[in-house]
Amino acid sequence: MLVVNQALAHPQGVPLATDAPLEYWGALVSSAGHRQPFLPPTGGTVYGTLLNHRDALAALGDQVNAAPYKAPPQAPILYIKPRNTVIGHRVPVVVPDDAPELEIGATLGIVIGRTASNVAADVAFDFVAGYTVVNDISVPHASFYRPSMRFKCRDGFCPIGPAVVSRALVPDADALDITVAIDGEIVQRTSTAGLVRPIPRLIADVTEFMTLYPGDVLMVGVASGAPRARAGQTVTIEIQGVGRLENSLVAAQRGVT
Amino acid sequence: MKQARVAYGGAIHDATEHPAGLQLADGRVLAEEAVVWLPPFEVGTVIALGLNYADHVKELAKELTVTTKDEPLAFLKSRGALIGHRGQTRRPADVKFMHYECELAVIIGRTAKNVRREEAMQYVAGYSVANDYAVRDYLENYYRPNLRVKNRDTCTVLGPWLVDAADVPSPYDLQLRTLVNGVVTQKGCTRDMISDVPALIEYLSSFMTLGAGDVILTGTPDGVVNVNVGDVVVTEIDGIGRLSNTIVGDADFGR
Repeated sequence: MLVVNQALAHPQGVPLATDAPLEYWGALVSSAGHRQPFLPPTGGTVYGTLLNHRDALAALGDQVNAAPYKAPPQAPILYIKPRNTVIGHRVPVVVPDDAPELEIGATLGIVIGRTASNVAADVAFDFVAGYTVVNDISVPHASFYRPSMRFKCRDGFCPIGPAVVSRALVPDADALDITVAIDGEIVQRTSTAGLVRPIPRLIADVTEFMTLYPGDVLMVGVASGAPRARAGQTVTIEIQGVGRLENSLVAAQRGVT
Repeated sequence: MKQARVAYGGAIHDATEHPAGLQLADGRVLAEEAVVWLPPFEVGTVIALGLNYADHVKELAKELTVTTKDEPLAFLKSRGALIGHRGQTRRPADVKFMHYECELAVIIGRTAKNVRREEAMQYVAGYSVANDYAVRDYLENYYRPNLRVKNRDTCTVLGPWLVDAADVPSPYDLQLRTLVNGVVTQKGCTRDMISDVPALIEYLSSFMTLGAGDVILTGTPDGVVNVNVGDVVVTEIDGIGRLSNTIVGDADFGR
């Protein structure tokens, strides 16, 4: 069981994660000279949900009925971000040599608090410990049919954090504003409103076939028009009331991996 | 050496093979049926291969949009789907085609990044047997194979043993087979893999860091058939192990 009372985060160099008020973390990261990177705030399996934003699905238009898809998605389409992808707030993301630009997938992460198996939608929130910010990074790719793991599973391609914020402090997780900024300039404004499956429905439909465990993270889905960023830039994703996740992108050093 | 992880007498134990069944690290010798078998090691990232045996590619050709291979078709599974030897796998009542897949599981023993094929086998800790079920009724053409097909609770069986790599001198020449209720329904040989073990390690480690406990399920040969509630499914690889599993229905899960 994972219980978060306020906001759980884990700065590097500190032995344990700390559950502290949001204001504590806010004061810490805004204090002059504080550039401490963080560890990911949770250690479970990280799942993404494809095309769960209405506008992302709409962007595909009638393609959903053509080959290779042949029909719109029926059940939730999930994917896994493996453990080598997961990094914390302020940890640099290495941009691979073969991908000059990376796609920035800003999304809300649901952090599971209690083992959730075949959960009904009307009690689904009882299984949520809190929420966090996730940057689901991809090498840009056009097809959702069978994308190579090379596009989504590179080391460091899933920054998470800084904190898991208690569900009690996020009363309406299905209506949160999300902004993405690159080098301080806002390049995308979106929201968790308008999901094909809002959070309770998503948890119900996922746990019908797959148990979610305490500490697991379920991303609710990336909006259409995900911005791209290059090495040398800094990406900041802010979700209202949940946090501000910042990571710089750095070029792969030739011959060093 | 063959190692297992089992639950017995109120605790989880490491165990090794014994002529009478298995021996716990604390010395107790037990019969195979006396313990609850768990996946034989702490599992990290689970990577599975689709269509890695030429005959299986032919078998599924009708539903494929690709027939040639330019890079391995690898996908991910999560630890939550795993169960051990002698476990029970749920078959939903509403499906028509649920099939097993007998696969050689390759367990990574140490951190591997940008490993060349010549050195790849140095990163292998050992081998196990996997039975990686799929429920084809749920196949959708997005992020294939979608997790509802391939990452269901109880649908990835792993074990019984983790066999040390040193005890498997030729992982490229292992006979594998599946028996449903004692009848052989699937046969193959690891030499028929399209991408062999060193090629898979080279490929995967070229873009992601593999860690100790990560597992590569190397694909399945021709001969997948539907299984029904009550069936006993044995996936077996010579020298690696004999992994047994029983299909159960929704009622056992209160559905």
